[in-house]
Amino acid sequence: MMKAPSQWSDQRIEDIIGNLLRAGVMLSAVVVLCGAGVYLARHPSERVNYHAFHGEPPDYTTIGGIFHTAFGLHGRGLIQLGLLLLIATPVARVAFSIWGFAAEHDRMYVVFTVIVLTVLLYSLLGSSV
Amino acid sequence: MNVLEFTGLVAVGSFAAGLLGALTGLGGGVVLVPLLTLFFKVDIRYAIGASLVSVIATSSGAAAAYVREGFSNIRIGMFLEIATTIGALAGAYLATRVSTGVIATVFGAVLLYSAYLSRRPRAKHERNLPQDPLATRLKMNGSFPESGGIRRYNVQHVPTGFGLMFGAGTLSGLLGIGSGAVKVLAMDQAMKIPFKASTTTSNFMIGVTAAASAGVYLSRGYIDPLLAMPVMLGVLAGSLLGTRVLVRAETKSLRLIFAIVIAVLGIQMLYKGLAGGI
Repeated sequence: MMKAPSQWSDQRIEDIIGNLLRAGVMLSAVVVLCGAGVYLARHPSERVNYHAFHGEPPDYTTIGGIFHTAFGLHGRGLIQLGLLLLIATPVARVAFSIWGFAAEHDRMYVVFTVIVLTVLLYSLLGSSV
Repeated sequence: MNVLEFTGLVAVGSFAAGLLGALTGLGGGVVLVPLLTLFFKVDIRYAIGASLVSVIATSSGAAAAYVREGFSNIRIGMFLEIATTIGALAGAYLATRVSTGVIATVFGAVLLYSAYLSRRPRAKHERNLPQDPLATRLKMNGSFPESGGIRRYNVQHVPTGFGLMFGAGTLSGLLGIGSGAVKVLAMDQAMKIPFKASTTTSNFMIGVTAAASAGVYLSRGYIDPLLAMPVMLGVLAGSLLGTRVLVRAETKSLRLIFAIVIAVLGIQMLYKGLAGGI
């Protein structure tokens, strides 16, 4: 039989999730800011036009390309790395929840959470590696 | 416009959207796409990419505060995220296939609906509803602290809520918004979850839902770094400030003004979408 979830561990898990989310958002904002600083310092007077859609080059659409340009300290690559960290934050939250439900011996919710994580990883890795 | 001017103006606009969204509880993401497409003449695909990224930032930032207060129900959230993430994936693929006019038209309709929803008085729920067998099996019935002690609630109509959540996820993936309004509708109206628990749980789910479509957006080149940067930073700063001053602000007239802004933008998006101006 399944054990009733204990209030204490629920609260504890929620605390950790709260900290995880905050740290992820703040880290990504800092990386995006650094990228913005690098780019704007180097190209302050470049023209921008988003009226027509061209898509983005692979440097900014694949995880490998983003890491490559970010560690080459390109402004746009750094921004994209920060955005990737931001996208990864809720994914990490879900992954952590699996552990949380497992610690409560809640097998049903472990399964639900694995389904959600699979959809997230499919979207992130299946389309942008 | 050069990149400095553009970044500055978009950051200021996004800051205002994030601030108003947090103060009124209506979400800033919903005005971002019209702001970018109608005023900055940004292609709607770049606009929804930047908007989606900012949705993840505000949701995760706000959820960090909410989960600690114990209002959100992580089991309801996780179960319904199965529906919203699959919906979001479907919506994101749909966005890459339908014309921009269709996206703008649907966007306009969603804006008008959000404006309408924000003016409707909040329904008072009956307390002490009977336990629903499915909800009980899924361990969804919950409780949260209230001034008079602990408030317990029994969740109703799980399949309807699950279906509505799939729709909310699809809209989120198609339009790059959090679709908090549809999420609250599913939890508040269908599943009879108390307002406080449904709004905070909805906010908790928005980031995960948006992350499910973000991968598709990223690989299709919808997320432009130079556009997403001021949008994300502006909205995040605005919404963080908004949640700080929320306790002191008089939001009733602000909600009305913001609802009118949303409705006007909705009509414009609808017109542009149908007339082919986008």
